[in-house]
Amino acid sequence: MTKRMLIVQDIADENHVVRKPCSREYNHPQFQHVAFAHQALMSDILPFLKTLISAPGLSAYEQPVAKLIEEKWRPLVDEVTTSRIGSLHGLKKGHGKPPRPSVMIATHMDAIGLMVTKIADGLIHLDEIGGIDVRILPGTPVIVHGRQDLPGVVVMPPLKTLPEEARDGAIGLRHLLVDTGQLPSRLANLVHIGDLVSFNTPPIELSGEVISGHSLDNRASIAALTICLEELQAKSHLWDVWAVATAQEEETLGGAATSAFHLTPDLAVAVDVTFAKGPGADSWETFPLGKGITLGWGANLHPYLYKEFKMLAEQLEIPFAMDISPAHSGTDAYSIQVAREGIPTMLIGIPLRYMHTPVEVVAVKDIQRAGRLLAEFVGGLEMDFVSKISWEDEDAK
Amino acid sequence: MKPLIRKLTDTFSPSGYEDAIRDVIRAEIKGLADEIRVDALGNLIARKGKGGTRLMVAAHMDEIGLMATHVDQKGFVRFAGIGGVYPRNLPGGRVRFVNGSCGVIGLDGGTFSNDLPPLEKMFIDVGASGIANHPIKTGDVAAFERPFLDLGDRVVAKSMDDRIGCAVAIESLRALKSTSNEVYFVFTTQEEVGTRGAQTSAYGIDPALGFSIDVTGWGDTPGQRDFDVALGKGPAIKIRDGGMLSDPRIVDWMIGTAEKNRIPYQREVLLGGTTDARAMQLVRGGIPVGCISIPCRYVHSPSEMIDYADAQNAVKLVVALLRPPIKLQFI
Amino acid sequence: MPSRTPALGAAQFRLLEKLCNAVGVSGAEAEVRRVVLDEIKSYVDELEVDALGNLLATKTGGGAKRLRVMLDAHMDEVGFILVAEDGEGLYRFKIVGGIDPRNLAGKQVVVGKERKPGVIGAKPIHHTTPDERKKPLAEDALRIDLGPESKIKAGERGTFAPNFQRVGPSLMSKSLDNRLGVATLIELLKFSYSNLDLCAAFTVQEEIGLRGAKVGAQHFKPDLAIVIDSTPANDLPMQFESENISYNTRLGLGPAIYVSNASTMDDPRLVGFMRDVAEKAGIPYQIRQPGGGGTNAGGIQRTGAGVPVVSVSIPHRYTHSALSVARIEDWKNTLALLHTAVQQITPALLRR
Repeated sequence: MTKRMLIVQDIADENHVVRKPCSREYNHPQFQHVAFAHQALMSDILPFLKTLISAPGLSAYEQPVAKLIEEKWRPLVDEVTTSRIGSLHGLKKGHGKPPRPSVMIATHMDAIGLMVTKIADGLIHLDEIGGIDVRILPGTPVIVHGRQDLPGVVVMPPLKTLPEEARDGAIGLRHLLVDTGQLPSRLANLVHIGDLVSFNTPPIELSGEVISGHSLDNRASIAALTICLEELQAKSHLWDVWAVATAQEEETLGGAATSAFHLTPDLAVAVDVTFAKGPGADSWETFPLGKGITLGWGANLHPYLYKEFKMLAEQLEIPFAMDISPAHSGTDAYSIQVAREGIPTMLIGIPLRYMHTPVEVVAVKDIQRAGRLLAEFVGGLEMDFVSKISWEDEDAK
Repeated sequence: MKPLIRKLTDTFSPSGYEDAIRDVIRAEIKGLADEIRVDALGNLIARKGKGGTRLMVAAHMDEIGLMATHVDQKGFVRFAGIGGVYPRNLPGGRVRFVNGSCGVIGLDGGTFSNDLPPLEKMFIDVGASGIANHPIKTGDVAAFERPFLDLGDRVVAKSMDDRIGCAVAIESLRALKSTSNEVYFVFTTQEEVGTRGAQTSAYGIDPALGFSIDVTGWGDTPGQRDFDVALGKGPAIKIRDGGMLSDPRIVDWMIGTAEKNRIPYQREVLLGGTTDARAMQLVRGGIPVGCISIPCRYVHSPSEMIDYADAQNAVKLVVALLRPPIKLQFI
Repeated sequence: MPSRTPALGAAQFRLLEKLCNAVGVSGAEAEVRRVVLDEIKSYVDELEVDALGNLLATKTGGGAKRLRVMLDAHMDEVGFILVAEDGEGLYRFKIVGGIDPRNLAGKQVVVGKERKPGVIGAKPIHHTTPDERKKPLAEDALRIDLGPESKIKAGERGTFAPNFQRVGPSLMSKSLDNRLGVATLIELLKFSYSNLDLCAAFTVQEEIGLRGAKVGAQHFKPDLAIVIDSTPANDLPMQFESENISYNTRLGLGPAIYVSNASTMDDPRLVGFMRDVAEKAGIPYQIRQPGGGGTNAGGIQRTGAGVPVVSVSIPHRYTHSALSVARIEDWKNTLALLHTAVQQITPALLRR
């Protein structure tokens, strides 16, 4: 075990912080609570995030993005393994005396997309993977992953070629097609039923440190978890941490369920995107973009963990809002909570606009906030924390 | 295999009430497996081989059916569906209760209207003249009654879903003779009401990988448009259905094996519907799964039709998959 | 020392009243859990509260080949969660579990640990048109009003106001589903069952997906399970001349034994067993009509390598509303049936 020196920095307000890079780090009981100062990490995480949202990784077919995540996490953790259905598990061991409790942080790496159902006359018919509002599809650039990767576009066919009853209103998925520009005989050789079709919209930066692209749901959270792992390089923690990039969230929540079963963590935190306020999205279920993260509240999540995260966010001056789900949180937390004999579970949300379109929008600052909050939470976990989790004080304050 | 298919489809065992079909299958596989047992939810589990890669192959032995909800004062039996029972398949149909009584399905208001009423406005007429000494009570269970029909290349029966899968599994077990893998053929219960038997049997067996054998839909009759699978073109290797995405490594393994052994096959993406593989995939720490489908016309009607060569080729494919030692890289 | 057969005396009614008047919405069952804990702690060998808030208790039996039998009764009720503050004491809310929105307007409610009183009002009739009055008031058009100086925050839960009454042969209260089941299970725990290990699960979050029962069963790993719930009786006469054939269950006909619902095919061996026990003991019973709905049996049956299950329920009218009605006689007979049945469980029951 290498000895590391932790250099205590000045705490500055969380919007104007400065980090001095530490090359040698020292682990000493005196430095229990280390206050940490960071540079604006946008330039650090953004290149990684951009590669993540330029790679395909549809539910059950996460391999391409799993590879990128593994490369990034390998130097940050002690072991990397894969679950039987393709989730990625990165273990960063804690310093507590064994047997050490463990916390699982789950961020799903799969993304929505399309699948080939039929090839006829040089055109491709489609099924969806995950939930897509078909109204956003016409004109979307895609890649058809056949024997080769073929660029193409989703097209709305001429209305007169559709049955009469299908011509009005939104054109349903069964009538949309992908045109790759290939001639029919060549296409039939290159593409088969079951081949994947992923979005090909490139990432772009908008004003205000905001990034747009496809699959920010949920690669933004992967980026946040990566920031957490980076911070934990210089922060001691007693608990073991399982950084888990789950598979198949968009279809079955299956990666989270099976990884939770396998890893048997003592507690779990899911990180997923939540709804940011925007055009057509203004209800109590939406949160301002770039103004903070959300903390999940509701039957799916443990109220004691909510309170712990709330206290910590207030301490760190990380702005947050309560994100209420009456029953199902719509995230990996749902299947994790009921794994084995039940796992106390929490949810952190990163507000995102235009969810499940190829032009999702998220503020980098919120990603950083989530990553930092996770690292601080992990760093502060005492060995006996689980025994303190109680049910008797359930007020929402 | 045709006499076996007939025997299986002639048995009456809706979901939750599989005793009869379990006895029939158990008699068929006696002597073929190394070990046979029945688990807590009634799944029939037959192990062949010991010590190698552990696999689970699931074919569900339950069928859709009806359950009596109320016997009215005049002796007409109201019912609810067990599994996917669709109004359009019922009027004028015949049913047989597990206790032996038979009946006809009638509609409220007779059959002269063109509207199709929901199940609540249908009833079973067992020929009783009133409620006294009525053979049926609330909770009694029935399945469709329709004779087996051999059309040569094609075969028709009720409960092809999934007795054809059971037949394929039985014949595969028979043809396997020996294997260096540890194969669990599981004749599952309660698939039609939610793939329940598969979930618990997979948990108990904890295989390294698995697949289901079930019927799938069809795309080759007038008006069928979206589903590019046809009878007679070989068993379908399922890539996706309404509840599951097959593990791509399993799909590759199946396609590779079919091509190597020159077995005809089709690729399948089914919109809607699912199989036992969906439940198996998410058990414990996860199981890589796939599914071999027998294309089937008129699924969930009393006259389901399959292509006999498709079933024979499915047996060939299953045996080709199971016989050699399985050394897939990810397990 | 309790008498040899369960009886419904003053203590039992007081307990039921306390349970029914408690606020325990799915996900926030603390108040009910506290009541149950106080009642059962001296009757059980082990007791714990798990990660979802289930209260799990064990009574160990004697004898070599005894079965592990799980009895489940869900503690949660349907209710509301406050989701946004509109100001001046008005709150937007969402229903937790299934409540027909037509049951909401014009009701008294209570919110939070301290049971702050509130109302769900409606626009004055004077300002409505006849056409408007034909359309039901939707959930998002309604608000909970806690008064202008309310300090309550979003995230708190609420229920219909407590209103338990015993009226002649009937019980009238909110949350008879499933405080009746909870009260029944509490009574059963006061007896010994040397023939088996009794695993009692007072579970959470049944109304929003049978969640607690799944986890409870994964903890107990029982050989079989009996779920005690309360099911709708839709047995009012048809409002035109014909027979009601979709009554689900009927008040006054005794405990309802399930054969099938959307979540479960009840194990035929256990169904047959319950019927036999009832018939031999002369306890009236009915079969709950097959069809929709679900009980915790659905959450339990598919855990691990499978658990044979059956549900037995006390019927009640006007489900998931501000006030339900049940018959005391049905409660008494359900308790008698379960007590008798549990004492007669042997491993032979599961033989095929």
